[in-house]
Amino acid sequence: MDAAEKHLEELARTGYTAGFVTDIEADTVPPGLDESVIRFISAKKKEPAFMLEWRLQAYHKWLRMEVPDWAHLNYPKIDYQAISYYSAPKSAADGPKSLDEVDPELLRTYEKLGIPVEEQKVLAGVAVDMVFDSVSVATTFRKQLAEAGVIFCSISEAMHDYPELVQKYLGTVVPQADNYFAALNSAVFTDGTFVYIPEGVRCPMELSTYFRINERNTGQFERTLIIADKGSYVSYLEGCTAPQRDENQLHAAVVELVALEDARIKYSTVQNWYPGDENGKGGIYNFVTKRGVCQGDRSHISWTQVETGSAITWKYPSCILRGDDSVGEFYSVAVARAAQQADTGTKMYHLGKNTRSTIVSKGISADRGQNTYRGLVRMNRGAENGRNHTQCDSLLIGDRCGAHTFPYIEVINPTAKVEHEATTSRIGEDQLFYCRQRGLSEEDAVSMIVNGFCKEVFNELPMEFAVEARKLLEISLEGAVG
Amino acid sequence: MLSINHLHAGINGEEILKGLNLEIGAGEVHAIMGPNGAGKSTLSKVLAGREEYVVTEGSVRFLGQDLLALEPEERAHLGIFMAFQYPVELPGVNNTYFLQTSLNAIRTARGEEPLNSLNFMKQVRSKLRELNMDESLLRRSVNTGFSGGEMKRNEILQMSLLEPKLAILDETDSGLDIDALRIVADGVNALRSPERSMLVITHYQRLLDYIQPDYVHVLSNGRIIRSGDKSLALELEEKGYGWIKAQEAAA
Repeated sequence: MDAAEKHLEELARTGYTAGFVTDIEADTVPPGLDESVIRFISAKKKEPAFMLEWRLQAYHKWLRMEVPDWAHLNYPKIDYQAISYYSAPKSAADGPKSLDEVDPELLRTYEKLGIPVEEQKVLAGVAVDMVFDSVSVATTFRKQLAEAGVIFCSISEAMHDYPELVQKYLGTVVPQADNYFAALNSAVFTDGTFVYIPEGVRCPMELSTYFRINERNTGQFERTLIIADKGSYVSYLEGCTAPQRDENQLHAAVVELVALEDARIKYSTVQNWYPGDENGKGGIYNFVTKRGVCQGDRSHISWTQVETGSAITWKYPSCILRGDDSVGEFYSVAVARAAQQADTGTKMYHLGKNTRSTIVSKGISADRGQNTYRGLVRMNRGAENGRNHTQCDSLLIGDRCGAHTFPYIEVINPTAKVEHEATTSRIGEDQLFYCRQRGLSEEDAVSMIVNGFCKEVFNELPMEFAVEARKLLEISLEGAVG
Repeated sequence: MLSINHLHAGINGEEILKGLNLEIGAGEVHAIMGPNGAGKSTLSKVLAGREEYVVTEGSVRFLGQDLLALEPEERAHLGIFMAFQYPVELPGVNNTYFLQTSLNAIRTARGEEPLNSLNFMKQVRSKLRELNMDESLLRRSVNTGFSGGEMKRNEILQMSLLEPKLAILDETDSGLDIDALRIVADGVNALRSPERSMLVITHYQRLLDYIQPDYVHVLSNGRIIRSGDKSLALELEEKGYGWIKAQEAAA
């Protein structure tokens, strides 16, 4: 290949700037799923016996379940026997004790993504638990957190070091057979994050995990469990990006949050997985189950998400408001462009008295993107004076995209109040012309209008995440108009 | 400064401007008056570069350049500012941020250093004082939920900040009560300078009580059919547009 060709290839690659593949020897099982694969995973991770039992239960439930088809999504049938269910970078087998022991190739990957761990340690005060494929390879700030009594580690470590906590809470928010993808995750999850904040502790820093899908044909089945004990507080950041792929990659994560009395959990996500090419080819299929339970009185769970990536997004971070006076919040920006499809929203189950929930959903559709908001607000019999406010706004860019809204409202308690507002608008020629007349380029104008549209959600993100989210949105919508 | 020559333009295949000629020199204030449908708005949009309006014939030169070959933002960079008849709402976009981005886009295009937030705030505060406007305008989303008067004041604030070479006021008086009209007119008058030209487009003479033009043109059926000084506006006010049309028909 001559220099000019190389240059061209370089240019072609920059289409998705995070699209590169790290070359690391992986310890991968052949594609396919049966009991032996689950035994392999459990043995590989030297799990306690109860975990193997639990996984096998989930597997048998999964076998009897059907793929949900109610979502406003269109994708080819997934062959679950074509997926490899275990992959771990080999260098992690011994378990690195510090960053120095981490495969430098991995660290370079994160640097390319603009996540230099060293810099983050100093600048942002964020502890990072990176998940590379399926095994956590680096954990920082462990010591500082330990002094506060905070446990922040991979879920595999938690099974060894805190089995009683894992056994007590795992699967209590999202049961094994909750849905097809959650059951699959329960059977085969290889790693994820575990957080425990002890009673009365305010976590001294924002906890963050960067996920990255890397191994070819490897389904990603992370499991996250966060427990905030009485009167504690934690803010958790989750951000993802993935290298470019030809095959579709399945991702079926489960996140469980438990907030005890007076505890507060703030969970923020910026998701930038490869959305596929113009036709959606090669993009990530993202089927995620995220749910939090406000177990104790006056507890508070807040979900904030900025979803720009993935070919398919199927995701409904939810709150079960069991404690009296508990509060659930959901703030979301979802972008669907090119051939992306997003079916996302939330569920708020009001069980306790005086429970309150707020839903703010901002859907942006461009090109042929299809964006669906699907939300359930349920006021149970015991939800005296329950309150919900839902605001659901859609922004259309161009005339080939779609926005769909499916709000489900179920109210059994007559004292409960539910409000729903919805708007759909189009980035108007008038708006663009106004901005351009004031000297702004069309791209800058679009980015400004979109950022304005998303402001209520961005305001909920931690500062440095909000900056990242804005940038991401700009990149995601480049060339969407015109 | 601005030279419009035999301009033909329209929208959706319908010709609205039919051979319009106009010369505006530096520092001059020109008023264009005319009945509804005469082509007043079309003229302002063609000058600002609204894409739906198609020019079929003629030329427009601005500061020696072919204006029609430029994108709307390039025209803004050159110094064309249009105060909109109906300013557009940008929900969630902070007005201060919008003004700063706009000013810095123009400064950058002109090879000047962008202003940092501190210097920008100094500048915008001094403009607000000059224009006797309230600072609360800055904290809101651009034009969102603004009253008609607030929108027009916001336009004048932008104009004052961006310091254009040619300001086009597109029916700025529409929808304003007399107090708001005076504030807007005071703002415009404060911006008059030997380097700045203005094109004031209006249906009614009353705006011209406050903004005294050097020249008045009557636009009818896509052409300027009569030009004069400000007394022409008064005559029009007295006799109505019918008078001038009838005269033209007779001629």
